[in-house]
Amino acid sequence: MLVEGIKSRPVYGGFAIDPFARRHIFALEGEGALALLDQKPALTATMLNRSEVLYVAAGPKGLDHDLALAALKPDRFWQGPTIETLLFRLRGSLSAATMSTRLYISGREGFIGQCMQVATDMGMDFSSIPTEHRGSLARRVQCVHCKGITDDVRTSPFKCSHCGLNLLVRDHYSRRLGAFQGVNVDAEEPGTAPQAEELFA
Amino acid sequence: MAIVFRQETFRDDFTYRNSPGNIRRFPFPFDRDEYMYSVNMEPHVRGQAGTVYESLIDVDEHYVAEMQDRALVLKEDPLRYQALPHMMAAQWDTLELLMEEQAAGYPEHFTLIRNGDRWRWINRPLGIDDTFTFGDRSTLPYDPFEYITRQAQGDFCIVDQRDGNLWMDAGMVTTQADWSLDFDIGMNFMEWHGPVPLAHQIGVFDRALKFLLKLQLGKPTRRFNWTMTINPRLDTSPENYHKWGPDRTTVTPDNVGEKVHLRVELQSLWRLPRSNAILFVIRCYLISMNELVTVPKWARRLHRVLKTLPPELVDYKGLTRYRDNTIAWLSKHDDGAPTSPGIFPD
Repeated sequence: MLVEGIKSRPVYGGFAIDPFARRHIFALEGEGALALLDQKPALTATMLNRSEVLYVAAGPKGLDHDLALAALKPDRFWQGPTIETLLFRLRGSLSAATMSTRLYISGREGFIGQCMQVATDMGMDFSSIPTEHRGSLARRVQCVHCKGITDDVRTSPFKCSHCGLNLLVRDHYSRRLGAFQGVNVDAEEPGTAPQAEELFA
Repeated sequence: MAIVFRQETFRDDFTYRNSPGNIRRFPFPFDRDEYMYSVNMEPHVRGQAGTVYESLIDVDEHYVAEMQDRALVLKEDPLRYQALPHMMAAQWDTLELLMEEQAAGYPEHFTLIRNGDRWRWINRPLGIDDTFTFGDRSTLPYDPFEYITRQAQGDFCIVDQRDGNLWMDAGMVTTQADWSLDFDIGMNFMEWHGPVPLAHQIGVFDRALKFLLKLQLGKPTRRFNWTMTINPRLDTSPENYHKWGPDRTTVTPDNVGEKVHLRVELQSLWRLPRSNAILFVIRCYLISMNELVTVPKWARRLHRVLKTLPPELVDYKGLTRYRDNTIAWLSKHDDGAPTSPGIFPD
């Protein structure tokens, strides 16, 4: 059984548009588009003229969020094919950013964690970045043994995609790694791993 | 009197043993017949000869063997030592503190000679005689923190203080009870203690953090923590859990005495002068059940503590598989007589 109240997991407090920011950068994944679209009353022409929206769809289902985002007519709208390309683009945007730039991140937890890594690597303070969790509860997990990261983990235990050990997903999250911790579940008696349970659908 | 350092191993053939004199000075952590988490901190001051409080940084007969084991761990997995870039001042603070304390406590083994910024450090048990410039990284073969913690028993974390919190921003962690520096580095006090059961709910961490934020220079503090380990293995890291985990299935009613070990951490916390960081020393001591029951008070008390331990702690400390065998074995050494208060042998 997984316990509630994970102390090391970040709190995803939700978006609130910062009226004093001179530039807004939105990093959005899948359902995360709705975190911005739901801000409607705050999305004034002035604010959108100062906004850059970076978007990647999650999975193959096209929900037309890209069309809705483009329709906002922000100063810049960019859609990428994968999370990796979005992270590359985000790094570029942040390296050219000036004072009074506000970054917002929304999507699945693994996406938020990876964008947060890019931002904190560039010296931003994590507590200054609004985040909103949207989409599935799938987890990004680091194997504590081989250090390999497996994305989009829906069950516990699961097989490490790198070293093949059966990993229990511990309720312990590293912001630096942007991942939960996976620990071999049948280390004491190999072959006795319990059935995988879908816990993070 | 010079310490006689033992040649022994903490892996493979496990030749680690405590001499009779070392058993008497073992830091038995239970001052009563039951255990629960508390903010069990007290001033870290010198105590009587023949105890681990004789010097504030304790060096014992296992020193050389422990340093050899640390070198083996680091060779396999260099990530057991890590320091974030802003911790360099705290690294030098730590080097100074550990050299001064070891030289003060054991002048026959360690000598520190300072001539302005030119320092000469002599470590006789490890055959080291180095001259370097304090504050100049390029004059040492390693980072200052790595250099000195390859020469000091125990795990070491340096926690930075900012935003009303403590941040785990550097560590040398090779003798840990199942936590990962590589995973936890950069976390704050509440985050790195996240997985500990029960203690959050009873407010232990809130009170401990409040206390530590006010820690003063020259007034270190200490507390005990404990668990149990099968075989005298120092490196019970999560990284290697799949290698040492199977040991837990090897305990039988007949081998409890040599297999099962009480593992005690004497944790001391020191405010550092230049960086205002805190050095967190986690010194690990191991004693087999055979050795422990040579002190009758400890045998009675450990038996009672294990019998009444809350189930959440049994699970978190990983005792489930061998607790019953250990209690049954210890019961033969518990006649029900009352135990005296305090931790020391009668």
